[in-house]
Amino acid sequence: MKNLISMRDLSKKEILYFMEIAELIEKGELIPDMKGKLAALLFFEPSTRTHFSFATAMKKIGGQTITMRGTSGTSAKKGETFADTLQTIAQYAEIIIMRSPVEGAARFASEVVDIPVVNAGDGANQHPTQALLDLYSIMKTQGTLENLRIGVAGDLKFGRTVHSLVQAMSEFHPKFKFISPSFLKMPAYIKDDLTEKNIEFEELSEMTDNISDLDILYVTRIQKERFADLEDYEKVKGSYILEKSMLKGVKKNFKVMHPLPRVDEISTNVDNTEYAYYFQQAKNGVYMRQAIITILLGGVK
Amino acid sequence: MKQIKVNAIKNGTVIDHITTGKIRKVLDILHLDGTDIVMIGMNLSSKKLGRKDIIKIENKELSELEVNSIALIAPEATLIIIKDFEVVKKSSLKIPEYIEDIISCPNPKCITNEERIISKFKLTNDEPAQVRCIYCEKKYLIDEVKIKN
Repeated sequence: MKNLISMRDLSKKEILYFMEIAELIEKGELIPDMKGKLAALLFFEPSTRTHFSFATAMKKIGGQTITMRGTSGTSAKKGETFADTLQTIAQYAEIIIMRSPVEGAARFASEVVDIPVVNAGDGANQHPTQALLDLYSIMKTQGTLENLRIGVAGDLKFGRTVHSLVQAMSEFHPKFKFISPSFLKMPAYIKDDLTEKNIEFEELSEMTDNISDLDILYVTRIQKERFADLEDYEKVKGSYILEKSMLKGVKKNFKVMHPLPRVDEISTNVDNTEYAYYFQQAKNGVYMRQAIITILLGGVK
Repeated sequence: MKQIKVNAIKNGTVIDHITTGKIRKVLDILHLDGTDIVMIGMNLSSKKLGRKDIIKIENKELSELEVNSIALIAPEATLIIIKDFEVVKKSSLKIPEYIEDIISCPNPKCITNEERIISKFKLTNDEPAQVRCIYCEKKYLIDEVKIKN
């Protein structure tokens, strides 16, 4: 495997391979040595957390990073084509890790340069490293990825993270509950894919009473700005806030996940329960990103 | 007696069985210049389609790009090559599995609309024809995408 651009490119076997290497790294059974390797972190869209997670991962395996930031996906304003920018950077670094608001930017980059490219998010399209770390977190907490009941709550329409997660989990016979306001429902093209694969899903508008049979509840933020009318937001927001009191009667293996940053969709009184998993999830992200970089740089013998 | 509504051509290409209403789009992509001899029939009766449009062009062979573009617009069309008033080849059109540089991605946030790069689509479904942009990964029905001229 040379690049990591989209979950769509990965077979089930490849997904499980990423899990296996991340686990070996976490357990200290595989100690990658990326000394002398440089990762170019191209962040054309602000994302402190993802950047921090990748930089941490690269440093923990002995490599180094350089960062280029910008507001646009390209340097077109300076008169240089995006392709030229990429080719220049490819002369300095061993791997490119790229975040861009432009959809397909990472795919394009992988066609232009000879070094591996990792998509760290391209607009509303893909965020495969997040999907893999989410799967790794699910695997760690449930012992398997197969036949799980997964609830996904919040903004399901614009949430790239949940789209990638749902797509990635589709290989493992899940049952989904999609919990969102009616105008932030899962897009039709994602539901069509699920129907094609005979995967069961329900669409619900309330968290309450709908989580007791779940193995995982994946909560995402609903941005106020999505609402045309702030009054509507105030009316519905309570339906998508997870409170400690709602956790009575959940399954023993139940875990709450969140891609972070959280605003108020998970009440802080959930943090100290055995069900909260979002901070460990962020930690798993570093192991998974260590694994991704190591695999793409040929560091697993 | 066979009724001939559109004159026969000596040498050239006939695009038959064009679904009525699609002929303008087909003409758009043919890159005809002012000197080409073209006969057009519209709303002719057809056993296959009920009604059909037809285009006959003297002394022209279509490029692969033109053929693939027509397949996208009018997949039910038949392509006939005429030499000396005889049909030498008749073929039905097929939307290619991989479509390069013929259509533009309707997604304004797609890299193909930001940078000057060649668009690439994969055919994901035949009936109705549906394509996926290999860059932004959005899926579109053929009727939703714009054919480049």
